[in-house]
Amino acid sequence: MLKARVIPCLDVKDGRVVKGVNFVDLRDAGDPVEAAAAYDAAGADELCFLDITASHEARGTLLDVVERTAALCFMPVTVGGGIRTNDDIRALLLAGADKVSINSAAVADRSFVGRAADKFGDQCIVVSIDAKRVSGPDEAPRWEIFTHGGRKATGIDALAFAEDVVRLGAGELLVTSMDRDGTKIGFDLPLTRAIADRVTVPVIASGGVGTLDHLVEGILQGHATAVLAASIFHFGTHTIGEAKAHMAAAGIPMRLDPSELAGPR
Amino acid sequence: MSVAIIDYGSGNLRSAAKAFERAAREAGYAGAVQVTADPDVVRRADRVVLPGVGAFADCKAGLDAVPGMVETLDEVVLRGGKPFLGICVGMQLLAARGREKATTEGLGWIGGEVRLITPADPALKVPHMGWNTLDLVRPHPILADVPTGERGLHAYFVHSYHFVPDDPAHGVATTDYGGPVTAIVGRDTVVGTQFHPEKSQTLGLALIRNFLAWRP
Repeated sequence: MLKARVIPCLDVKDGRVVKGVNFVDLRDAGDPVEAAAAYDAAGADELCFLDITASHEARGTLLDVVERTAALCFMPVTVGGGIRTNDDIRALLLAGADKVSINSAAVADRSFVGRAADKFGDQCIVVSIDAKRVSGPDEAPRWEIFTHGGRKATGIDALAFAEDVVRLGAGELLVTSMDRDGTKIGFDLPLTRAIADRVTVPVIASGGVGTLDHLVEGILQGHATAVLAASIFHFGTHTIGEAKAHMAAAGIPMRLDPSELAGPR
Repeated sequence: MSVAIIDYGSGNLRSAAKAFERAAREAGYAGAVQVTADPDVVRRADRVVLPGVGAFADCKAGLDAVPGMVETLDEVVLRGGKPFLGICVGMQLLAARGREKATTEGLGWIGGEVRLITPADPALKVPHMGWNTLDLVRPHPILADVPTGERGLHAYFVHSYHFVPDDPAHGVATTDYGGPVTAIVGRDTVVGTQFHPEKSQTLGLALIRNFLAWRP
């Protein structure tokens, strides 16, 4: 049986983890590769790097991070942030990424999703959807795509966009509620579920995780097949192991294999 | 022990190379893991690995475009009996045909074709993406000491199509995703995994060590 996935997400800027990772004794809490290896050993099901480096020139540092991670971690890695061309994707895949997450480039030009999927296969193209609820409390719920970290409205309906990019070849959707991101009050479950029930591809719930119950809700109520979180793991509030055990106890099929990767390499 | 990982423009070779390097080191094998497009390197290697990420037709065209590679593989693996591991699309290419988008001829080493997964439960998503356990069809040396079954170790899958062998005896393991989905095929000195051993942590490294130790 396929298991639900727990995916820690590391924000990387100029080759460094933003804010650092404090859940384990690392020599360098800001080194994304050390953090990735620690998550690998802890049983994370996938790892996500989100590159928020401002300048295109500095992207070499990200490729270096991905290369060094692939040398240490035998787990799937998704990389997002600033991906605009098939050449960007090729460079990341060659460095060792398994999937790439496309965000603003897909909003600006949906056909890019199709070109990327035709070249690299649907299975490695994740479209990252940042959505905010725009309907009033008494209206039927409606969500819109936002860019620039949730600051800029696009007028694009999130559900219609989700269906469209899947039709074009997205193999997975990363759905982030910009209303919930950073709030620790849980996923926007109606948003997650509305998209998950409408598309044939897997959906990753993101934005708002503050407790382990939130992870359970993302799967059981949001109908996601994977959950992504950052701060509850980075700051040591909970370990990956605790998260997976909690989800398993709630009846969700989880991968609880012993890891042999914690030892010397 | 030398391992040739075939480079035909199909991405993600670094992960495969690193996983083989680590497994070889742990198993105490000296020798090189080489990522190569050179048929002579393949001819000299003790083990041949064909990775593959992307669409079937694109991968087949990429492999065909490497001068002399398909002929060399036919010679040293199919006729010469060199142990061979295909990974993901590299495994699917062993089939006679792929039916991803268009119909494309494969290497035809194992009869059968590559078809879209159609889970019995319509709520199951395609691609089949994530960690799943293996169900043994028949014992095989590359699964030696690897716990299988619902309580066994997990392998990492990411695919929408799977290999349907003509002869069920060419199946080695399946995984359950709304019905059995082919996870490993094998014939003589050829074996292929739909999942990614290089991304499958404990199970993956064990499988690679078994492949290196295999003396068919």
